Amino acid sequence: MTLPFVVFFVCALLAVLGALTLILAREPIHSALSLILVMVSLAVLYLLLGAEFIAAVQIIVYAGAIMVLFVFVIMLLNAGVEERTDYSQLAKYAGLALGIFLLLALAHWMAHSLIGQQIANGVGASNASVSTRELSAQLFQKYLFPFEATSILILIAILGALVLAKKDE
Amino acid sequence: MDFITQHPVLVVSLAKIVGLMFLLMTTLAYLSWFERKVIAHIQSRWGPYYVGAHGLLQPLADGVKFLFKEDLTPPSADRFVYILAPMLALTLALTTLALIPFGPPSVQWLGESTLIVANSSIGLMFVFAITSMGVYGVALAGWSSNSKYPLLGGLRSSAQMISYEVSLTLAVVGVVLLSGTLNFNEMIARQSGPFWHWNIFYAGHGSFPQIVGFLCYFMSAVAETNRAPFDLPEGETELVGGFHTEYSSFKFAMFFMAEYANMITVSCLATILFFGGWLSPFPESWTFLRYLPPASLLVLAVYLAYDTVVLARGIARIQLIVVTTGALLIGLVCLHPVALAVIQGPFWFLLKVGLIMFFYVWTRATLPRLRYDQLMSFGWKFLLPVSLANLVITALVKVWPLLVNHG
Repeated sequence: MTLPFVVFFVCALLAVLGALTLILAREPIHSALSLILVMVSLAVLYLLLGAEFIAAVQIIVYAGAIMVLFVFVIMLLNAGVEERTDYSQLAKYAGLALGIFLLLALAHWMAHSLIGQQIANGVGASNASVSTRELSAQLFQKYLFPFEATSILILIAILGALVLAKKDE
Repeated sequence: MDFITQHPVLVVSLAKIVGLMFLLMTTLAYLSWFERKVIAHIQSRWGPYYVGAHGLLQPLADGVKFLFKEDLTPPSADRFVYILAPMLALTLALTTLALIPFGPPSVQWLGESTLIVANSSIGLMFVFAITSMGVYGVALAGWSSNSKYPLLGGLRSSAQMISYEVSLTLAVVGVVLLSGTLNFNEMIARQSGPFWHWNIFYAGHGSFPQIVGFLCYFMSAVAETNRAPFDLPEGETELVGGFHTEYSSFKFAMFFMAEYANMITVSCLATILFFGGWLSPFPESWTFLRYLPPASLLVLAVYLAYDTVVLARGIARIQLIVVTTGALLIGLVCLHPVALAVIQGPFWFLLKVGLIMFFYVWTRATLPRLRYDQLMSFGWKFLLPVSLANLVITALVKVWPLLVNHG
Protein backbone atom coordinates (compact mmCIF):
# COMPACT_ATOMS: atom_id res chain seq x y z
CA MET A 1 0.00 0.00 0.00
CA THR A 2 1.56 3.27 -1.06
CA LEU A 3 1.56 6.48 0.92
CA PRO A 4 -0.67 8.51 -1.47
CA PHE A 5 -3.24 5.70 -1.26
CA VAL A 6 -3.29 5.90 2.54
CA VAL A 7 -3.66 9.69 2.41
CA PHE A 8 -6.45 9.34 -0.16
CA PHE A 9 -8.27 6.83 2.01
CA VAL A 10 -8.04 8.94 5.16
CA CYS A 11 -9.22 12.09 3.38
CA ALA A 12 -12.04 10.33 1.54
CA LEU A 13 -13.22 8.88 4.85
CA LEU A 14 -13.02 12.31 6.51
CA ALA A 15 -14.97 13.88 3.64
CA VAL A 16 -17.75 11.28 3.93
CA LEU A 17 -17.83 11.58 7.72
CA GLY A 18 -17.97 15.36 7.45
CA ALA A 19 -20.82 15.17 4.95
CA LEU A 20 -22.75 12.84 7.26
CA THR A 21 -22.33 14.99 10.36
CA LEU A 22 -23.20 18.03 8.25
CA ILE A 23 -26.69 16.58 7.75
CA LEU A 24 -27.09 14.92 11.14
CA ALA A 25 -25.78 17.65 13.46
CA ARG A 26 -28.47 19.74 15.13
CA GLU A 27 -26.29 22.72 16.08
CA PRO A 28 -25.79 25.02 13.06
CA ILE A 29 -22.13 25.69 13.97
CA HIS A 30 -21.40 21.96 14.04
CA SER A 31 -22.90 21.63 10.56
CA ALA A 32 -20.77 24.53 9.33
CA LEU A 33 -17.64 22.95 10.84
CA SER A 34 -18.43 19.64 9.15
CA LEU A 35 -18.78 21.42 5.83
CA ILE A 36 -15.34 22.99 6.36
CA LEU A 37 -13.96 19.49 7.01
CA VAL A 38 -15.46 18.31 3.71
CA MET A 39 -13.95 21.26 1.82
CA VAL A 40 -10.48 20.75 3.28
CA SER A 41 -10.53 17.00 2.64
CA LEU A 42 -11.51 17.68 -0.97
CA ALA A 43 -8.61 20.14 -1.24
CA VAL A 44 -6.22 17.41 -0.10
CA LEU A 45 -7.70 15.06 -2.72
CA TYR A 46 -7.05 17.70 -5.42
CA LEU A 47 -3.51 17.96 -4.13
CA LEU A 48 -3.09 14.20 -4.52
CA LEU A 49 -4.15 14.53 -8.17
CA GLY A 50 -1.40 17.10 -8.70
CA ALA A 51 -3.73 20.10 -8.92
CA GLU A 52 -1.93 22.36 -6.43
CA PHE A 53 -3.52 25.58 -7.63
CA ILE A 54 -7.08 24.22 -7.49
CA ALA A 55 -6.40 22.87 -4.01
CA ALA A 56 -5.22 26.25 -2.75
CA VAL A 57 -8.15 28.06 -4.40
CA GLN A 58 -10.57 25.52 -2.94
CA ILE A 59 -9.34 26.34 0.56
CA ILE A 60 -9.11 30.11 0.03
CA VAL A 61 -12.54 30.49 -1.55
CA TYR A 62 -14.65 27.86 0.18
CA ALA A 63 -13.04 27.22 3.56
CA GLY A 64 -11.46 30.64 3.96
CA ALA A 65 -14.10 33.02 2.61
CA ILE A 66 -17.55 31.49 2.15
CA MET A 67 -17.55 29.34 5.28
CA VAL A 68 -16.14 32.18 7.37
CA LEU A 69 -19.15 34.24 6.33
CA PHE A 70 -21.47 31.33 7.20
CA VAL A 71 -19.94 31.02 10.66
CA PHE A 72 -20.04 34.79 11.06
CA VAL A 73 -23.74 34.96 10.21
CA ILE A 74 -24.57 32.03 12.49
CA MET A 75 -22.72 33.76 15.32
CA LEU A 76 -24.33 37.13 14.59
CA LEU A 77 -27.87 35.73 14.55
CA ASN A 78 -27.09 33.43 17.47
CA ALA A 79 -29.04 30.70 15.64
CA GLY A 80 -30.54 28.14 17.99
CA VAL A 81 -30.66 24.36 17.80
CA GLU A 82 -32.31 23.08 14.65
CA GLU A 83 -35.86 21.73 14.92
CA ARG A 84 -36.78 18.59 13.07
CA THR A 85 -40.08 17.89 11.32
CA ASP A 86 -40.53 14.24 10.44
CA TYR A 87 -43.77 14.47 8.56
CA SER A 88 -42.80 13.13 5.16
CA GLN A 89 -42.02 9.41 5.32
CA LEU A 90 -42.03 9.26 1.51
CA ALA A 91 -39.15 11.74 1.21
CA LYS A 92 -37.14 9.76 3.72
CA TYR A 93 -37.34 6.39 1.94
CA ALA A 94 -37.42 7.69 -1.63
CA GLY A 95 -34.46 9.92 -0.80
CA LEU A 96 -32.48 6.96 0.52
CA ALA A 97 -33.22 4.90 -2.57
CA LEU A 98 -32.39 7.77 -4.91
CA GLY A 99 -29.17 8.48 -3.04
CA ILE A 100 -28.01 4.89 -3.40
CA PHE A 101 -28.98 4.96 -7.09
CA LEU A 102 -26.96 8.14 -7.63
CA LEU A 103 -23.96 6.61 -5.85
CA LEU A 104 -24.10 3.49 -8.03
CA ALA A 105 -24.50 5.57 -11.20
CA LEU A 106 -21.45 7.64 -10.24
CA ALA A 107 -19.47 4.51 -9.46
CA HIS A 108 -20.44 3.05 -12.84
CA TRP A 109 -19.40 6.26 -14.61
CA MET A 110 -16.14 6.40 -12.69
CA ALA A 111 -15.30 2.82 -13.64
CA HIS A 112 -16.05 3.17 -17.35
CA SER A 113 -15.45 6.75 -18.46
CA LEU A 114 -12.12 8.00 -19.73
CA ILE A 115 -11.66 10.61 -17.01
CA GLY A 116 -12.54 8.13 -14.28
CA GLN A 117 -10.00 5.63 -15.54
CA GLN A 118 -7.35 8.32 -15.84
CA ILE A 119 -7.98 9.40 -12.28
CA ALA A 120 -7.80 5.79 -11.10
CA ASN A 121 -4.51 5.27 -12.91
CA GLY A 122 -3.11 8.54 -11.64
CA VAL A 123 -2.50 9.86 -15.17
CA GLY A 124 -3.83 13.27 -14.23
CA ALA A 125 -1.18 13.59 -11.55
CA SER A 126 1.58 15.93 -12.59
CA ASN A 127 4.14 17.74 -10.52
CA ALA A 128 4.77 20.39 -13.15
CA SER A 129 5.27 23.75 -11.51
CA VAL A 130 2.55 26.33 -12.07
CA SER A 131 3.76 29.64 -13.44
CA THR A 132 1.63 32.75 -13.19
CA ARG A 133 2.03 33.15 -16.98
CA GLU A 134 0.30 29.82 -17.71
CA LEU A 135 -2.39 30.56 -15.16
CA SER A 136 -3.19 33.95 -16.62
CA ALA A 137 -3.17 32.51 -20.14
CA GLN A 138 -5.86 30.07 -19.02
CA LEU A 139 -7.89 32.65 -17.11
CA PHE A 140 -7.64 35.61 -19.48
CA GLN A 141 -7.65 33.83 -22.85
CA LYS A 142 -9.19 30.37 -22.76
CA TYR A 143 -11.75 31.01 -20.02
CA LEU A 144 -12.09 34.76 -20.49
CA PHE A 145 -15.87 34.83 -20.89
CA PRO A 146 -16.74 32.76 -17.79
CA PHE A 147 -14.16 34.74 -15.83
CA GLU A 148 -15.57 38.14 -16.79
CA ALA A 149 -19.17 36.94 -16.45
CA THR A 150 -18.46 35.75 -12.90
CA SER A 151 -16.82 39.02 -11.94
CA ILE A 152 -19.83 41.02 -13.21
CA LEU A 153 -22.14 38.64 -11.33
CA ILE A 154 -20.21 39.27 -8.12
CA LEU A 155 -20.27 43.04 -8.75
CA ILE A 156 -24.07 42.89 -9.11
CA ALA A 157 -24.29 40.91 -5.87
CA ILE A 158 -22.20 43.54 -4.06
CA LEU A 159 -24.40 46.35 -5.42
CA GLY A 160 -27.51 44.43 -4.35
CA ALA A 161 -26.14 43.99 -0.84
CA LEU A 162 -25.32 47.72 -0.68
CA VAL A 163 -28.83 48.70 -1.80
CA LEU A 164 -30.42 46.38 0.76
CA ALA A 165 -28.16 47.45 3.61
CA LYS A 166 -28.36 51.18 2.94
CA LYS A 167 -30.30 53.13 5.53
CA ASP A 168 -33.32 55.17 4.37
CA GLU A 169 -32.66 58.87 4.33
CA MET B 1 17.70 1.32 7.04
CA ASP B 2 15.81 0.02 4.00
CA PHE B 3 12.98 2.32 4.85
CA ILE B 4 15.22 5.39 4.78
CA THR B 5 16.66 4.58 1.37
CA GLN B 6 13.23 3.78 -0.02
CA HIS B 7 11.48 6.89 1.25
CA PRO B 8 14.10 9.66 1.43
CA VAL B 9 11.45 12.37 1.00
CA LEU B 10 9.35 11.09 3.89
CA VAL B 11 12.30 10.67 6.27
CA VAL B 12 13.90 14.01 5.44
CA SER B 13 10.54 15.79 5.69
CA LEU B 14 9.79 14.28 9.08
CA ALA B 15 13.26 15.21 10.34
CA LYS B 16 12.77 18.76 9.08
CA ILE B 17 9.33 19.05 10.68
CA VAL B 18 10.63 17.82 14.05
CA GLY B 19 13.58 20.20 13.89
CA LEU B 20 11.42 23.15 12.88
CA MET B 21 8.87 22.43 15.63
CA PHE B 22 11.60 22.26 18.25
CA LEU B 23 13.17 25.55 17.17
CA LEU B 24 9.78 27.18 16.73
CA MET B 25 8.48 26.27 20.18
CA THR B 26 11.63 27.67 21.79
CA THR B 27 11.36 30.84 19.70
CA LEU B 28 7.68 31.28 20.60
CA ALA B 29 8.54 31.04 24.29
CA TYR B 30 11.38 33.52 23.99
CA LEU B 31 9.34 35.94 21.89
CA SER B 32 7.23 36.68 24.95
CA TRP B 33 10.45 37.49 26.83
CA PHE B 34 11.64 39.63 23.90
CA GLU B 35 8.37 41.54 23.72
CA ARG B 36 8.24 42.22 27.46
CA LYS B 37 11.87 43.35 27.53
CA VAL B 38 11.53 45.68 24.53
CA ILE B 39 8.30 47.26 25.76
CA ALA B 40 9.79 47.64 29.24
CA HIS B 41 12.87 49.42 27.93
CA ILE B 42 10.78 51.71 25.72
CA GLN B 43 8.76 52.62 28.82
CA SER B 44 11.90 53.08 30.99
CA ARG B 45 11.39 49.92 33.03
CA TRP B 46 13.51 46.80 33.44
CA GLY B 47 11.03 44.12 32.38
CA PRO B 48 11.47 40.54 33.63
CA TYR B 49 14.77 40.08 35.46
CA TYR B 50 14.10 37.99 38.59
CA VAL B 51 14.10 34.52 37.01
CA GLY B 52 17.59 33.86 35.69
CA ALA B 53 20.04 36.41 34.35
CA HIS B 54 18.26 39.09 32.27
CA GLY B 55 15.04 37.18 33.05
CA LEU B 56 16.10 34.56 30.52
CA LEU B 57 14.40 31.74 32.44
CA GLN B 58 11.08 33.64 32.58
CA PRO B 59 9.54 31.72 29.61
CA LEU B 60 10.27 28.46 31.43
CA ALA B 61 8.57 29.73 34.59
CA ASP B 62 5.60 30.96 32.52
CA GLY B 63 5.33 27.58 30.79
CA VAL B 64 5.27 25.73 34.12
CA LYS B 65 2.66 28.16 35.43
CA PHE B 66 0.43 27.63 32.38
CA LEU B 67 0.72 23.86 32.66
CA PHE B 68 -0.17 23.68 36.35
CA LYS B 69 -3.03 26.18 36.45
CA GLU B 70 -6.54 24.77 36.76
CA ASP B 71 -8.06 24.10 33.35
CA LEU B 72 -11.59 25.50 33.58
CA THR B 73 -14.37 24.83 31.10
CA PRO B 74 -17.50 26.97 31.54
CA PRO B 75 -20.50 24.67 32.19
CA SER B 76 -22.58 26.32 29.47
CA ALA B 77 -19.83 26.11 26.84
CA ASP B 78 -20.03 23.90 23.78
CA ARG B 79 -17.32 21.48 24.97
CA PHE B 80 -16.23 20.09 21.60
CA VAL B 81 -15.87 23.44 19.84
CA TYR B 82 -14.44 25.02 23.00
CA ILE B 83 -11.55 22.52 22.98
CA LEU B 84 -11.23 22.52 19.20
CA ALA B 85 -10.80 26.32 18.86
CA PRO B 86 -7.33 26.76 20.46
CA MET B 87 -6.04 23.63 18.74
CA LEU B 88 -7.23 24.95 15.38
CA ALA B 89 -5.67 28.35 16.01
CA LEU B 90 -2.26 26.92 16.93
CA THR B 91 -2.17 24.17 14.29
CA LEU B 92 -3.00 26.54 11.45
CA ALA B 93 -0.50 29.12 12.70
CA LEU B 94 2.30 26.53 12.85
CA THR B 95 1.46 24.84 9.53
CA THR B 96 2.18 28.00 7.52
CA LEU B 97 5.83 27.97 8.57
CA ALA B 98 6.36 24.71 6.69
CA LEU B 99 6.26 26.70 3.44
CA ILE B 100 8.84 29.30 4.45
CA PRO B 101 12.36 28.94 2.99
CA PHE B 102 14.95 29.74 5.67
CA GLY B 103 17.86 29.45 3.26
CA PRO B 104 18.83 28.80 -0.37
CA PRO B 105 17.63 25.52 -1.94
CA SER B 106 21.26 24.59 -2.69
CA VAL B 107 21.72 23.43 0.92
CA GLN B 108 20.78 19.75 0.61
CA TRP B 109 20.76 16.45 2.47
CA LEU B 110 19.85 13.09 0.83
CA GLY B 111 18.97 15.05 -2.32
CA GLU B 112 16.30 17.12 -0.56
CA SER B 113 16.75 20.80 0.21
CA THR B 114 17.07 21.15 3.97
CA LEU B 115 16.07 24.68 4.88
CA ILE B 116 12.45 24.50 3.70
CA VAL B 117 9.94 21.82 4.68
CA ALA B 118 7.63 22.02 1.65
CA ASN B 119 8.93 23.76 -1.47
CA SER B 120 5.58 24.21 -3.22
CA SER B 121 5.38 25.77 -6.68
CA ILE B 122 2.57 27.96 -5.35
CA GLY B 123 3.91 28.58 -1.84
CA LEU B 124 2.35 32.03 -1.55
CA MET B 125 -1.13 30.74 -2.40
CA PHE B 126 -0.82 28.03 0.22
CA VAL B 127 0.26 30.47 2.88
CA PHE B 128 -2.81 32.58 2.11
CA ALA B 129 -5.01 29.48 2.06
CA ILE B 130 -3.91 28.48 5.54
CA THR B 131 -3.95 31.96 7.05
CA SER B 132 -7.43 32.59 5.62
CA MET B 133 -8.62 29.73 7.82
CA GLY B 134 -7.02 31.32 10.87
CA VAL B 135 -10.22 33.25 11.57
CA TYR B 136 -11.91 30.07 12.80
CA GLY B 137 -9.78 29.73 15.91
CA VAL B 138 -10.82 33.16 17.15
CA ALA B 139 -14.42 33.07 15.92
CA LEU B 140 -15.14 29.61 17.32
CA ALA B 141 -13.49 30.45 20.65
CA GLY B 142 -15.76 33.47 20.94
CA TRP B 143 -18.88 31.52 20.05
CA SER B 144 -18.28 28.35 22.05
CA SER B 145 -17.55 30.14 25.33
CA ASN B 146 -21.27 31.03 25.44
CA SER B 147 -20.67 34.34 27.14
CA LYS B 148 -21.21 37.87 25.88
CA TYR B 149 -17.73 39.41 25.93
CA PRO B 150 -16.05 36.52 24.10
CA LEU B 151 -18.88 36.51 21.54
CA LEU B 152 -18.45 40.23 20.88
CA GLY B 153 -14.67 39.78 20.68
CA GLY B 154 -15.04 36.87 18.27
CA LEU B 155 -17.45 38.80 16.04
CA ARG B 156 -15.21 41.85 16.01
CA SER B 157 -12.13 39.89 15.13
CA SER B 158 -13.82 37.92 12.34
CA ALA B 159 -15.07 41.17 10.79
CA GLN B 160 -11.63 42.74 11.19
CA MET B 161 -9.73 39.78 9.76
CA ILE B 162 -12.06 39.46 6.75
CA SER B 163 -11.72 43.19 6.02
CA TYR B 164 -7.95 43.40 6.26
CA GLU B 165 -7.34 40.16 4.39
CA VAL B 166 -8.45 41.96 1.22
CA SER B 167 -5.84 44.71 1.38
CA LEU B 168 -3.21 42.24 2.64
CA THR B 169 -3.65 40.10 -0.45
CA LEU B 170 -3.83 43.06 -2.83
CA ALA B 171 -0.63 44.54 -1.41
CA VAL B 172 1.18 41.29 -2.17
CA VAL B 173 -0.16 40.87 -5.72
CA GLY B 174 2.16 43.69 -6.85
CA VAL B 175 5.17 41.57 -5.91
CA VAL B 176 3.67 38.55 -7.65
CA LEU B 177 3.27 40.67 -10.80
CA LEU B 178 6.94 41.63 -10.70
CA SER B 179 8.16 38.12 -9.93
CA GLY B 180 5.93 36.18 -12.33
CA THR B 181 5.91 33.23 -9.94
CA LEU B 182 4.27 32.06 -6.73
CA ASN B 183 7.25 30.01 -5.57
CA PHE B 184 9.15 31.61 -2.68
CA ASN B 185 12.63 30.50 -3.74
CA GLU B 186 12.18 31.86 -7.27
CA MET B 187 10.81 35.13 -5.86
CA ILE B 188 13.93 35.51 -3.73
CA ALA B 189 16.29 34.49 -6.55
CA ARG B 190 14.80 37.29 -8.66
CA GLN B 191 15.88 39.86 -6.06
CA SER B 192 19.54 38.77 -6.02
CA GLY B 193 22.14 41.48 -5.75
CA PRO B 194 22.73 44.17 -3.13
CA PHE B 195 19.87 45.60 -1.12
CA TRP B 196 18.66 48.08 -3.76
CA HIS B 197 17.71 45.05 -5.89
CA TRP B 198 15.08 44.02 -3.33
CA ASN B 199 11.46 44.36 -4.42
CA ILE B 200 10.87 47.19 -1.97
CA PHE B 201 13.49 49.45 -3.62
CA TYR B 202 14.20 48.08 -7.10
CA ALA B 203 13.22 50.50 -9.89
CA GLY B 204 14.88 49.19 -13.06
CA HIS B 205 13.62 46.98 -15.93
CA GLY B 206 9.89 47.70 -15.80
CA SER B 207 9.87 47.34 -12.03
CA PHE B 208 8.03 49.63 -9.63
CA PRO B 209 9.44 49.95 -6.07
CA GLN B 210 7.02 48.23 -3.73
CA ILE B 211 7.49 50.55 -0.77
CA VAL B 212 3.82 51.53 -0.72
CA GLY B 213 2.94 47.87 -1.14
CA PHE B 214 5.09 47.01 1.86
CA LEU B 215 3.54 49.68 4.07
CA CYS B 216 0.02 48.51 3.12
CA TYR B 217 1.10 44.92 3.71
CA PHE B 218 2.56 45.66 7.11
CA MET B 219 -0.43 47.64 8.36
CA SER B 220 -2.89 44.98 7.17
CA ALA B 221 -0.69 42.31 8.69
CA VAL B 222 -0.72 43.99 12.08
CA ALA B 223 -4.52 44.07 11.90
CA GLU B 224 -4.66 40.50 10.61
CA THR B 225 -2.67 39.19 13.57
CA ASN B 226 -4.84 41.18 16.02
CA ARG B 227 -1.93 43.18 17.36
CA ALA B 228 -1.83 46.72 18.76
CA PRO B 229 -2.90 49.29 17.58
CA PHE B 230 -5.52 47.04 15.96
CA ASP B 231 -6.01 44.66 18.89
CA LEU B 232 -9.71 45.41 19.32
CA PRO B 233 -10.78 41.75 19.58
CA GLU B 234 -9.10 41.69 22.98
CA GLY B 235 -9.45 45.33 24.00
CA GLU B 236 -9.42 44.86 27.77
CA THR B 237 -11.06 48.19 28.55
CA GLU B 238 -14.19 47.19 26.62
CA LEU B 239 -14.29 43.41 26.36
CA VAL B 240 -12.38 42.10 29.41
CA GLY B 241 -10.12 39.70 27.48
CA GLY B 242 -12.06 39.46 24.22
CA PHE B 243 -12.41 36.05 22.61
CA HIS B 244 -10.19 34.28 25.15
CA THR B 245 -11.89 35.61 28.30
CA GLU B 246 -13.16 32.16 29.32
CA TYR B 247 -9.94 30.32 28.51
CA SER B 248 -7.42 29.40 31.16
CA SER B 249 -4.30 27.33 31.64
CA PHE B 250 -2.78 25.70 28.58
CA LYS B 251 -5.66 26.50 26.23
CA PHE B 252 -4.99 30.18 26.83
CA ALA B 253 -1.29 29.56 26.25
CA MET B 254 -2.17 27.98 22.89
CA PHE B 255 -3.89 31.19 21.74
CA PHE B 256 -0.87 33.10 22.94
CA MET B 257 1.51 30.89 20.98
CA ALA B 258 -0.73 31.05 17.90
CA GLU B 259 -0.56 34.84 17.99
CA TYR B 260 3.23 34.78 18.12
CA ALA B 261 3.43 32.11 15.42
CA ASN B 262 1.24 34.28 13.17
CA MET B 263 3.52 37.24 13.81
CA ILE B 264 6.52 35.14 12.77
CA THR B 265 4.73 33.99 9.60
CA VAL B 266 3.80 37.53 8.63
CA SER B 267 7.35 38.77 9.25
CA CYS B 268 8.83 35.86 7.25
CA LEU B 269 6.47 36.65 4.38
CA ALA B 270 7.44 40.34 4.44
CA THR B 271 11.11 39.33 4.40
CA ILE B 272 10.64 37.02 1.43
CA LEU B 273 8.41 39.31 -0.62
CA PHE B 274 9.98 42.70 0.00
CA PHE B 275 13.42 42.27 1.60
CA GLY B 276 15.09 39.57 -0.47
CA GLY B 277 14.56 36.62 1.91
CA TRP B 278 17.81 34.80 2.68
CA LEU B 279 19.94 37.06 0.47
CA SER B 280 22.72 39.18 1.94
CA PRO B 281 22.05 42.94 1.69
CA PHE B 282 25.61 43.62 0.52
CA PRO B 283 27.35 43.03 -2.85
CA GLU B 284 28.70 39.51 -3.34
CA SER B 285 32.22 40.85 -3.83
CA TRP B 286 32.45 41.59 -0.10
CA THR B 287 33.51 38.04 0.71
CA PHE B 288 34.74 38.87 4.22
CA LEU B 289 31.06 39.19 5.23
CA ARG B 290 30.85 35.40 5.10
CA TYR B 291 32.46 35.49 8.55
CA LEU B 292 29.82 37.79 9.99
CA PRO B 293 27.58 35.06 11.52
CA PRO B 294 30.35 33.31 13.54
CA ALA B 295 31.92 36.69 14.38
CA SER B 296 28.66 38.07 15.80
CA LEU B 297 28.15 34.89 17.83
CA LEU B 298 31.67 35.16 19.24
CA VAL B 299 31.17 38.82 20.14
CA LEU B 300 27.92 37.82 21.87
CA ALA B 301 29.82 35.11 23.77
CA VAL B 302 32.43 37.66 24.92
CA TYR B 303 29.70 40.05 26.10
CA LEU B 304 27.95 37.24 27.98
CA ALA B 305 31.24 36.16 29.58
CA TYR B 306 31.77 39.75 30.79
CA ASP B 307 28.22 39.70 32.17
CA THR B 308 28.87 36.43 33.97
CA VAL B 309 31.95 37.74 35.70
CA VAL B 310 30.65 41.18 36.64
CA LEU B 311 26.91 41.02 37.21
CA ALA B 312 25.34 37.62 37.74
CA ARG B 313 24.94 35.81 41.08
CA GLY B 314 23.85 32.27 42.04
CA ILE B 315 21.65 30.35 39.58
CA ALA B 316 21.85 33.19 37.08
CA ARG B 317 25.62 32.75 36.92
CA ILE B 318 25.36 29.02 36.13
CA GLN B 319 22.74 29.76 33.48
CA LEU B 320 24.89 32.48 31.91
CA ILE B 321 27.90 30.14 31.83
CA VAL B 322 25.80 27.58 29.92
CA VAL B 323 24.55 30.20 27.43
CA THR B 324 28.05 31.62 26.96
CA THR B 325 29.59 28.22 26.23
CA GLY B 326 26.69 27.54 23.85
CA ALA B 327 27.27 30.75 21.89
CA LEU B 328 31.03 30.13 21.88
CA LEU B 329 30.70 26.53 20.64
CA ILE B 330 28.15 27.37 17.92
CA GLY B 331 30.35 30.30 16.84
CA LEU B 332 33.40 28.01 16.58
CA VAL B 333 31.47 25.30 14.74
CA CYS B 334 30.28 27.93 12.25
CA LEU B 335 33.90 28.65 11.33
CA HIS B 336 34.04 25.22 9.63
CA PRO B 337 33.64 25.76 5.83
CA VAL B 338 30.56 23.49 5.49
CA ALA B 339 28.76 25.06 8.45
CA LEU B 340 29.78 28.50 7.20
CA ALA B 341 28.09 27.83 3.86
CA VAL B 342 24.92 26.51 5.54
CA ILE B 343 24.59 29.35 8.06
CA GLN B 344 24.68 32.25 5.55
CA GLY B 345 21.04 32.03 4.37
CA PRO B 346 19.38 31.47 7.77
CA PHE B 347 21.55 34.19 9.37
CA TRP B 348 20.37 36.98 7.07
CA PHE B 349 16.81 35.63 6.94
CA LEU B 350 16.43 35.46 10.72
CA LEU B 351 18.12 38.85 11.15
CA LYS B 352 15.56 40.48 8.83
CA VAL B 353 12.65 38.64 10.46
CA GLY B 354 13.96 39.71 13.87
CA LEU B 355 14.05 43.36 12.79
CA ILE B 356 10.46 43.21 11.55
CA MET B 357 9.41 41.54 14.82
CA PHE B 358 11.10 44.37 16.69
CA PHE B 359 9.11 46.81 14.57
CA TYR B 360 5.92 44.97 15.57
CA VAL B 361 6.71 45.33 19.26
CA TRP B 362 7.80 48.93 18.82
CA THR B 363 4.41 49.73 17.23
CA ARG B 364 2.61 48.11 20.14
CA ALA B 365 4.59 50.09 22.69
CA THR B 366 4.09 53.40 20.88
CA LEU B 367 0.62 53.68 19.36
CA PRO B 368 -2.73 53.85 21.19
CA ARG B 369 -5.55 51.52 20.19
CA LEU B 370 -7.96 52.63 17.44
CA ARG B 371 -11.71 52.91 17.90
CA TYR B 372 -13.74 50.25 16.10
CA ASP B 373 -15.29 52.53 13.47
CA GLN B 374 -11.87 54.15 12.86
CA LEU B 375 -10.44 50.68 12.31
CA MET B 376 -13.08 49.75 9.75
CA SER B 377 -12.96 53.02 7.81
CA PHE B 378 -9.15 52.92 7.81
CA GLY B 379 -9.19 49.43 6.33
CA TRP B 380 -11.84 49.94 3.67
CA LYS B 381 -11.48 53.61 2.79
CA PHE B 382 -7.73 54.07 3.02
CA LEU B 383 -5.74 50.81 2.87
CA LEU B 384 -7.85 49.13 0.20
CA PRO B 385 -7.77 52.02 -2.34
CA VAL B 386 -4.06 52.62 -1.76
CA SER B 387 -3.10 48.98 -2.26
CA LEU B 388 -5.35 48.82 -5.33
CA ALA B 389 -3.67 51.93 -6.77
CA ASN B 390 -0.27 50.39 -6.04
CA LEU B 391 -1.31 47.27 -7.93
CA VAL B 392 -2.56 49.22 -10.96
CA ILE B 393 0.58 51.39 -11.12
CA THR B 394 2.83 48.33 -10.81
CA ALA B 395 0.98 46.63 -13.66
CA LEU B 396 1.18 49.78 -15.82
CA VAL B 397 4.93 50.20 -15.22
CA LYS B 398 5.45 46.55 -16.08
CA VAL B 399 3.60 46.66 -19.43
CA TRP B 400 4.67 50.21 -20.36
CA PRO B 401 7.66 49.13 -22.56
CA LEU B 402 5.36 46.76 -24.48
CA LEU B 403 2.75 49.47 -25.05
CA VAL B 404 5.35 51.98 -26.24
CA ASN B 405 6.96 49.51 -28.67
CA HIS B 406 3.60 48.60 -30.21
CA GLY B 407 2.49 52.20 -30.66
